[in-house]
Amino acid sequence: MLEISHVGKTYGSGARETRALADIDLTVVERELLCVVGPSGCGKTTLLKCVGGLLRPTTGEVRLHGRRVTEPPEEMALVFQDYSRSLMPWTSVRNNVLLPLRHKKLARSERARLVEDALEAVGLTRFIDHYPWQLSGGMQQRVAIARALAYQPSILLMDEPFASVDAQTRGDLEDLVLNVREQYGVTILFVTHDIDESVYLADRIAVLTHSPTEVKELIAVDLPSPRDQIATKELAEFARLRGHVYRLIKRERPAAGDLAAEQALAAVHPET
Amino acid sequence: MSARAWRLTKVGAEIAVPIAILLAWQAWTASAHQARFPRPTTILVEFQKLWLFSEFGQHVVPSLERIGAGFVLGAVIGVALGIPLGLSARARRAATPHIEYWRAMPPPALLPISIILAHSIADRQKISFIAFVCIFPVLLNTIDGIRGIDPTLIDTARSYGVPQREHIRRIVLPAAFPQIMAGLRNSLALAVIMMVLTEYFSSTNGVGYVLLISKNTFQLVPMWASIVLIGVLGYVLNLGFLLVERRVLAWHRGWRAALPE
Amino acid sequence: MRRGLSVVDALLPVLSVVAALALWELISRTGIISERDLPPMTTCVSTLWHLVQTGAFWHQLLLTVRGWALGLGVATVLAVPIGIVLGSSDLAGRAFRVPIEFLRPIPSAALIPLLFLTLGTNIKSEVFLAAFGAFWPLLVQTMYGVRDVDPVALDTARSFGLGPVERLYRVTLPSTVPYIATGLRISSTVALILAFTAELFMGIPGLGQAMNVANAFGLENELYALALATGFLGVAIHLVSTAVERRALRWHPSQRQAVS
Repeated sequence: MLEISHVGKTYGSGARETRALADIDLTVVERELLCVVGPSGCGKTTLLKCVGGLLRPTTGEVRLHGRRVTEPPEEMALVFQDYSRSLMPWTSVRNNVLLPLRHKKLARSERARLVEDALEAVGLTRFIDHYPWQLSGGMQQRVAIARALAYQPSILLMDEPFASVDAQTRGDLEDLVLNVREQYGVTILFVTHDIDESVYLADRIAVLTHSPTEVKELIAVDLPSPRDQIATKELAEFARLRGHVYRLIKRERPAAGDLAAEQALAAVHPET
Repeated sequence: MSARAWRLTKVGAEIAVPIAILLAWQAWTASAHQARFPRPTTILVEFQKLWLFSEFGQHVVPSLERIGAGFVLGAVIGVALGIPLGLSARARRAATPHIEYWRAMPPPALLPISIILAHSIADRQKISFIAFVCIFPVLLNTIDGIRGIDPTLIDTARSYGVPQREHIRRIVLPAAFPQIMAGLRNSLALAVIMMVLTEYFSSTNGVGYVLLISKNTFQLVPMWASIVLIGVLGYVLNLGFLLVERRVLAWHRGWRAALPE
Repeated sequence: MRRGLSVVDALLPVLSVVAALALWELISRTGIISERDLPPMTTCVSTLWHLVQTGAFWHQLLLTVRGWALGLGVATVLAVPIGIVLGSSDLAGRAFRVPIEFLRPIPSAALIPLLFLTLGTNIKSEVFLAAFGAFWPLLVQTMYGVRDVDPVALDTARSFGLGPVERLYRVTLPSTVPYIATGLRISSTVALILAFTAELFMGIPGLGQAMNVANAFGLENELYALALATGFLGVAIHLVSTAVERRALRWHPSQRQAVS
């Protein structure tokens, strides 16, 4: 469904050139939840922006349903980490969720229904006429998710969406993502630095190297569905997978005192 | 002093000091016996006689109309030009020398020229002069407001494929609006000043005209009453604008209060 | 992301100025606006060029600059200390809040007739007008600056045993400097406008009065040339005050109020 072929991204030129992504090769299958994990600064956000059509890859290409991605495609929705900065503070939750639908050819009543359904799916029906900033961080992120859902994408890209949320809310939001995937049948590409989260959510995990970044390993996650925050995490298989991913990433992180590697990392990912 | 007593002292000072100033002014002018500095009470009486409401229609209304028309025209042009300039770095590069020159030009230097170009001293000269001056605070603030929009918001809109017109209408303008309002407030204050200047320079009616005429005919009390009127006008218009701003930007205050430090 | 500008991009400002000047010439020469009302660009520029070579012009320019400088100076000398006092003391600040709110919006232009009758048509009026207008932005900015001092910094100073005067001198004042610099930028623009206004409306010697003379004698070319020159003077003052402000803001997180 989504083919990421030999995608590379280089910033700058000449002496100041930084290679954020070297060669990313990945295929996302219909209806799967693929998690992307990697050491900090390995360019996960850059990858997501390239896949999402917000950045042009320097090499390689991304194809969605066989069509090349050059602009943000219509069947794709993004959920950013900075949820509060992605919501419009001057209008209601309802209008925020409505925004992407306005230019779609739909009847007004149909749009309203999609908005209400999406907000119900994330459990925010009561707050539909509030301002986003009147809600807590976790709730705001749910608004962002509802907005993505109302848009009815076939694929959802999520860039560390729960990184800025407290641990308990994170658990609720993770379960929300799983429910939404069941309910809407949407494919999800989920970027995170939280290893536990990646194992808990994923059907498959792509572990990235540090920059210049490539896919180090693709791991199939065979944990039973439906997942549960307590039961699943008590399974031996969970611990094994978690340990495996952890070791892979740990080997990728530069040894303490390797100053050159640290600087290369920092240069590549200014947001880190 | 206890906290409560301290607070009361401050409130007391807030009330007492303006009153004290007025009383001192009254006392000094009463004892100085100078025609040039009439007593505040005399000025107030004249103020009521002149502006409430005998000359109101003949002079205050035209002045307010000029302020209104000039301000609105300047604001519309300022925002309309500010949008493309705010969005396009290339357009900004081309426009920068012009903006930097005209914003630095002292407006009174253009008064004689405005009369020549308008072929008259009628309303159209005054309104176009006021409008021209009002463009710049709004233009500059619109550009700044647009450039300061959070890139995450822009990326979000792009990722959902929001078309350009929707984008400007529903994201760019509302996001830049608080900054635009600041520019509008400055512009309004400027409009009042320019109204006075252009009417004083050349007019057949208006508050500035009355100011000029009363000076020329040595009618000192009406002159003072006009000065007070201009001050009151500036104050009232500013206050009115702040009230509108408070309502229209209620979301902005709430949002800023909710931002994590 | 390409580094460096393309040649076209770099030349864009120059090209747009050239285009505007050419447009001016065209509008005038073809009579869209009559040549009497809008002399051609080349005529105005050459008039300006001749003007710039006369001693009289520079004398008038310097008189305007003098009025501007004195007005700004007086305003600064008054506004900064008063602003510090009103900003530091909550009592004083609140006591004088109402008078300031009433006096601030008074357009200085309204005082012109009063100045005619009191100080007279000389430089005193020009300086008074410029100072009156320039006073308020500086006062307000200084007050903001003093109020915005980091309370943690003040507490730290106090815990090190610094008395109130030393705290003012070592913590408050340095922290207020960027605000004062912003105030100076705003005020220097205001002071120039008012100095010129005083000259134009009261016949006080300077560029404004030169414009009066040109207007009275129907010398359109001179009128436009003087306007151009005044614009350039404004640009020069704006550049200097902006540079000073930028320097003062360099080591301080940007705390500026709305663009003026």
